[in-house]
Amino acid sequence: MALDSKIPKGPLKDKWTNHKNSINLVNPANKRLIDVIVVGTGLAGGSAAATLAELGYNVKAFCFQDSARRAHSIAAQGGINAAKNYQGDGDSTYRLFYDTVKGGDYRSREANVYRLAEVSANIIDQCVAQGVPFAREYGGLLDNRSFGGVLVSRTFYAAGQTGQQLLLGAYSALNRQIGRGKVKMYSRHEMLDVVVVDGKARGIIARNLVTGEIERHSAHAVVLGTGGYGNVFFLSTNAMGSNVTAAWKAHKRGAYFANPCYTQIHPTCIPVSGDHQSKLTLMSESLRNDGRIWVPKHKKDVEAIRAGKLKPTQLEEADRDYYLERRYPAFGNLVPRDVASRAAKERCDAGYGVNATGEAVYLDFASAFMRYGKEQAHVKGLDENDEALVKKLGQEVVKNKYGNLFQMYEKIVDQNPYESPMMIYPAVHYTMGGIWVDYNLQTTVPGLYAIGEANFSDHGANRLGASALMQGLADGYFVLPYTIGDYLADDIRTGPIPTNSAAFDEAEKSVRDNIEHLIINNGTHSVDHFHKRLGKIMWNKCGMARNAEDLKSAIVEIAELRKEFWKDVRVPGTNEEFNEELAKALRVADFLELGELFAKDALLREESAGGHFREEYQTEEGEAQRRKEFQYVSAWEYKGEPKDALLHKEDLVFENIEVKERSYK
Amino acid sequence: MNLTLKIWRQKNANDKGKLVEYPISDISPDMSFLEMLDVLNEGLINKGDEPVEFDHDCREGICGMCSLYINGEAHGPDRGVTTCQLHMRMFKDGDTIVIEPFRATAFPVIKDLVVDRSAFDRIQHAGGFISVNTSGNTIDANAIPVNKHDADTAFDSATCIGCGACVASCKNSSAMLFVGAKVSQFALLPQGKIEATDRVLNMVKQMDEEGFGNCTNTGACEVECPKGISLENIARMNREYLKASLKG
Ligand SMILES: Cc1cc2nc3c(=O)[nH]c(=O)nc-3n(C[C@H](O)[C@H](O)[C@H](O)COP(=O)(O)OP(=O)(O)OC[C@H]3O[C@@H](n4cnc5c(N)ncnc54)[C@H](O)[C@@H]3O)c2cc1C
Ligand code: SF4
Ligand code: FES
Repeated sequence: MALDSKIPKGPLKDKWTNHKNSINLVNPANKRLIDVIVVGTGLAGGSAAATLAELGYNVKAFCFQDSARRAHSIAAQGGINAAKNYQGDGDSTYRLFYDTVKGGDYRSREANVYRLAEVSANIIDQCVAQGVPFAREYGGLLDNRSFGGVLVSRTFYAAGQTGQQLLLGAYSALNRQIGRGKVKMYSRHEMLDVVVVDGKARGIIARNLVTGEIERHSAHAVVLGTGGYGNVFFLSTNAMGSNVTAAWKAHKRGAYFANPCYTQIHPTCIPVSGDHQSKLTLMSESLRNDGRIWVPKHKKDVEAIRAGKLKPTQLEEADRDYYLERRYPAFGNLVPRDVASRAAKERCDAGYGVNATGEAVYLDFASAFMRYGKEQAHVKGLDENDEALVKKLGQEVVKNKYGNLFQMYEKIVDQNPYESPMMIYPAVHYTMGGIWVDYNLQTTVPGLYAIGEANFSDHGANRLGASALMQGLADGYFVLPYTIGDYLADDIRTGPIPTNSAAFDEAEKSVRDNIEHLIINNGTHSVDHFHKRLGKIMWNKCGMARNAEDLKSAIVEIAELRKEFWKDVRVPGTNEEFNEELAKALRVADFLELGELFAKDALLREESAGGHFREEYQTEEGEAQRRKEFQYVSAWEYKGEPKDALLHKEDLVFENIEVKERSYK
Repeated sequence: MNLTLKIWRQKNANDKGKLVEYPISDISPDMSFLEMLDVLNEGLINKGDEPVEFDHDCREGICGMCSLYINGEAHGPDRGVTTCQLHMRMFKDGDTIVIEPFRATAFPVIKDLVVDRSAFDRIQHAGGFISVNTSGNTIDANAIPVNKHDADTAFDSATCIGCGACVASCKNSSAMLFVGAKVSQFALLPQGKIEATDRVLNMVKQMDEEGFGNCTNTGACEVECPKGISLENIARMNREYLKASLKG
């Protein structure tokens, strides 16, 4: 099958408007005859389910948590971008579009990104109308801040809990529809397969996580808003339950999987403390607005710090290496995530890491305390030369901005970040790869849609901060509800989809067979044992830095590990009960397949772009080297073993932006 | 550290359940409480026993999913944290730790330490929203100015994570702090004022139907709330309710 991205013709700025004007509409009375399944209730799925119900469709929504409000989107801290230009600093739809395409290393689709920038301003209006309590200025208007990789202040936020507030907004819209009976909510339900009838997605197989019951659910279309697969690395900033199962099962049923190797590594996470670690905690990157990143200039100081003989605060300014400010004077500490992450790893690999494991750099607020403190002293008419007073005033300002993050850091690390600089290290955070979708957000399976982090479309090889939330809500509130109508318009006479067909029988059987195998297997190792081993292979060989040799061996090792898993995993208990180990086993089984495809994709991509750095392809200064011939999306077709997947290429054409070497110097 | 754990084991909602003792060793003070349970479960699985079920997801203190009752306190001995943010450095070598599920009639046990908190969702379905179309045809966001103090106070109420610790620590199993926080968020914003009357009446009615107890102003909820939701919210809800009842 040839990939058809269905990008509308015409000038970039008119594409979306023209497209909306030309797609089929479903008459409101007919919408009542149509059922849509939405899997996932994060920002993408939650907003989509609410909006589809608002439009009149019958919606069934699913999530594996006990409440829709707990989807992983709740954890997003920093903020959401929108080209409102409220600050009058020169922002515009075009600039947001430009920054996003450039930030993504020219590996995203122009038309999608432009539409994203176009609807971004609307998202803020929508959320405010729903009562999302964004930060405000004293005059009552909305406040903004800036994020890595851009030079304007376009990020809207709610303290360090923006994702929480946006999700609660979508959740409240969803609640309204549940209350009206237009959405039927299935929480603690895990989707385990997609059902394809006569070439169209017509339902799902789900497992009730409380009773273990396997259920059949049918609909005229299925939407996956199931999030990202960063947990393939075992350690990541994702919530523990985040998984690839829905996307992977869709892949096995015919949906192409795009750019699986594009992983974003976030530069400001709390470093790993030991083997017991179950997940990594992110410190919002907004901290980079005020924090300066450094390591000691001299090895002897590094050693003294590690040995506890020297405190970072005792080190003179001249003995510190503010390596981001040194290497990238134009953007300094605000370079994009991939650049900041790689630079930190480079310093640590060179032996300058400041914690016991040598995998940490400092994020220092001392200058911010003084800068803000002076301002406050001035405003309040106090003595600007009183250092202690200025520091105290400055700390209060910083506390107002990031207090909850500082508190979180202190709880985890047991060190007061107001007194000593924070320690940070990069960690796996977001996956830009995902299910391939066309401009309508439809996958290669008709009637199957993918939105939010589950699809691949808008971020290219690197995602700029505050743009995932934007994409999730854009897809859910403003894009999918239009585009899905075009498809559903043909279904007004179809009537309810029966669940007693051969396709449902077959899908249910395959789910049951897997479960049965896992339950009776009675091997010797726990699910986590295998997940951790997979994570080690992924991080060491498919992580921030990759090379052909490692990737080749990773493909082999993952396939072996998968075999071992199916032979030797132990899942206690039964299927007919609440059984978290079984749920985990089913997720890890899919990670073990995805991991292999991930490595295969990475091996093929002989260039460095975004978060993935192929050691063979770097410039003399150690910067990422992009190659024009890789200016495409890799979309993989399932062919049995992941290593046998078939590659399809979607060439990326840039008509409105000149493709330039990305530079932040 | 070496510890003795006494953990509530209950096969399902109909089982009676009992405390079972487990010794555990080599626990690092840097572990979170849930990581300590991971270690316990790994050991149980390796021995062929069934692991202890508990709810968790983000492990960052924000999703509200984790819900343990530790040594008689919701989310354990630390203040202002959820169970996933509770670290083992809060305990001493040799300690005995009693771990139970959140207990309230409206939160039935599903298995071991996992309880069903969907009553909270149903209260939200009854009115925890502003009735605005999600089509995006709303007015410009800056056309609704909000006084910074009100916006900040609304935000403070909105940070409730729906964990249920307030219910679990209340001797009457009252949900007033949770519902108060929800009602307050909207009551403080101009967008929420229009439907304020119906909202508070409907939510309170649903809260009562779910079997939550009454508030007798003991304040245990505020003490145990990991997000510092203050009793102010209950007072504000009572004012809103009174106003609404007088109108209604
Ligand atoms: C710590 C952290 C901070 C972040 N900060 C920011 C930020 O400041 N700005 C920003 O723009 N982005 C941020 N991000 C990224 C952003 O939060 C996510 O990319 C985004 O929220 C993903 O939303 P989503 O709706 O696609 O998926 P999710 O929110 O992950 O939702 C997935 C949903 O799918 C459900 N699900 C998954 N699989 C199944 C299945 N098989 N069956 C049933 N249900 C299933 C889950 O239950 C859940 O409801 C952050 C991410 C993290 C981890
Ligand atoms: S009010 Fe506090 S304790 Fe109660 S549910 Fe909300 S966050 Fe939890
Ligand atoms: S696991 Fe999310 S709050 Fe504890």
